[in-house]
Amino acid sequence: MRLTVLADIETRYEMDWRHIVKPFASPASSPTSSAPVLTAPTPYVINESQLAGSSSSAAVSAVGVRKSFGELVVLDGVELTVKPGSVFALLGPNGAGKTTMVRILATLLEADQGEVRVAGHDIAREPDAVRDAIGVTGQFSAIDELLTGRENLALMADLQHLARDDARRIDDLLERFELVEAADRMAVTYSGGMRRRLDLAMTLIGAPQVIFLDEPTTGLDPRSRRTVWDIVRSLARDGTTVFLTTQYLEEADQLADRVAILDGGRIVAEGTAQELKQRIPGGRIELSFADAAAQLAAAGAMKLPARDGDALTLQIPTDGNVATLRRALRELDDAGVDVVDLAIHTPDLDDVFLALTGQHDRSQKPRSKKEPQA
Amino acid sequence: MTGTYALRDSMTMLRRNLRHLQRYPGLSLFPVLGPAVFLLLFVYVFGGTLGNGITTGGGRGAYINFLTPGMLLFTVAGVANTTAISVAKDMTEGIIARFKTMRIWRPAVLTGHVLGSLILTLISLAVVIAVALLIGYDSAAGPLRWVAALGLLVMLAIALIWLSVAFGLNAKSVETASNIPLFLTLLPFLGSGFVPVASMPAGLRWFAENQPFTPITDTVRRLLANQHVGGAGITAIVWCVAITAAAYLWARHLYNWREAR
Repeated sequence: MRLTVLADIETRYEMDWRHIVKPFASPASSPTSSAPVLTAPTPYVINESQLAGSSSSAAVSAVGVRKSFGELVVLDGVELTVKPGSVFALLGPNGAGKTTMVRILATLLEADQGEVRVAGHDIAREPDAVRDAIGVTGQFSAIDELLTGRENLALMADLQHLARDDARRIDDLLERFELVEAADRMAVTYSGGMRRRLDLAMTLIGAPQVIFLDEPTTGLDPRSRRTVWDIVRSLARDGTTVFLTTQYLEEADQLADRVAILDGGRIVAEGTAQELKQRIPGGRIELSFADAAAQLAAAGAMKLPARDGDALTLQIPTDGNVATLRRALRELDDAGVDVVDLAIHTPDLDDVFLALTGQHDRSQKPRSKKEPQA
Repeated sequence: MTGTYALRDSMTMLRRNLRHLQRYPGLSLFPVLGPAVFLLLFVYVFGGTLGNGITTGGGRGAYINFLTPGMLLFTVAGVANTTAISVAKDMTEGIIARFKTMRIWRPAVLTGHVLGSLILTLISLAVVIAVALLIGYDSAAGPLRWVAALGLLVMLAIALIWLSVAFGLNAKSVETASNIPLFLTLLPFLGSGFVPVASMPAGLRWFAENQPFTPITDTVRRLLANQHVGGAGITAIVWCVAITAAAYLWARHLYNWREAR
């Protein structure tokens, strides 16, 4: 009985951490008065220690994290959970607080408020245990330029207090990160991509359980970016938890099991990339015409508002099925309007991002202006 | 628990800093060769005249004996600049943030710098002493007094290096870091390092008599000249210990609270 209830709670917990947590934050309130999400079929018996048990099984969990620098509120109650062995992407525009969040998780910065556990340890109470379990690659290269690639790795091995016979491990990493040829050159001579690869190799030498990557591909050329992506995927395959921040939506889409969007110091949306895309009515057929007359005629035929800005285009909302497209083309055919160009736009994370992060002014996609509920 | 890896991590950081000094000779060459050049300059350019002022008719020979202990303090102070620059430079690197996310003995980054600078100081002192002996420095002291003199110089070195570490941490940029410790190399001049304090005008003389370099210079000079050290010895040790303690606490505070840029 009790077990089933817990299993139920566990599932819900993964589904939406915020909803499940809120009622427990005030243990005084009676369970029957709780939010609708919590109307479990069986009256559940749960106490704080059981809740803590489920949160410590997460690789990373943050509750109510706040951080201000002077007057500036950077994080305003961030809540997130990362399952062990998963890839989690924290997405957000510049200045959203991504780096601050990573710095807090990586024990570099203390939060003003909130509770954070990484690899099962409270970061405020057991920072050293957390440091033992994590690897961090920051936004700016954290390599020693006056040391060679090999020496950089040896330095990390020494500081991780690994056994002295780590030469083998260093060789393996150099090979895996395509740094064998450059291994005995000073890192100051490395290209941006090589630096980033060395940086990652240094992060991995202690085989951390949880890895934080703050904008790991910012400033890299497409080939180096692919290499970093491959590395992240192989880490995830080996069961390492990866927490990455990025401003590239494609990156989150490609790599992450779950994506959270951080904006104005709060998580404004969280879910799989697929779930997030479904929240946005971004699907549309975009038609281009030779002149304004054609555009007007087409708009009339399809009973759409005539003008779409100054562009000679029309946008037809669609959920992506073929029938909508066929009907649109038939209507245009019947009206005898020539279409110069046709594009089908399915919602991508860009739409989600722009819709949710208050970046509408930058959007060139009128459809995204419809404000969805975050 | 925090101290478990103190020695091991400090040694790792020391190895790192020694490699830096070796690969960036611009920083290590001046503190090693500079003081020897100054020694030759002072002895051969000014020495003939200054020596006569110290001992009537003493000339260059008298000045070598007077100057060498002061030059040793100048040598110790000269390393401060290198320390401050390398610490400030380190703080601009992302790798410091990486160190802070690792389970290492926190002050190891700083103790590594201190040990590296101390080794650099010892090399510089060896060079200056060798040159001084070659050009006729005549110490009346036995081995014990030499050990005592070197011990005091090492104490001063530790004090000034920690102070420079703090300067380096406190500096807004590598450029300012290189300016601040320059005044340390002036202090031997504004004390008993190059000429007797008694020859200075009243205000300057008061400063010279009361600043830390003077009792330390006097102690080293008397030890090496086989003279009675007197109260200066105690004053010298108190200064060294006090500067070390204050600078260490300041540096530790700065390191823990400063954001790596």
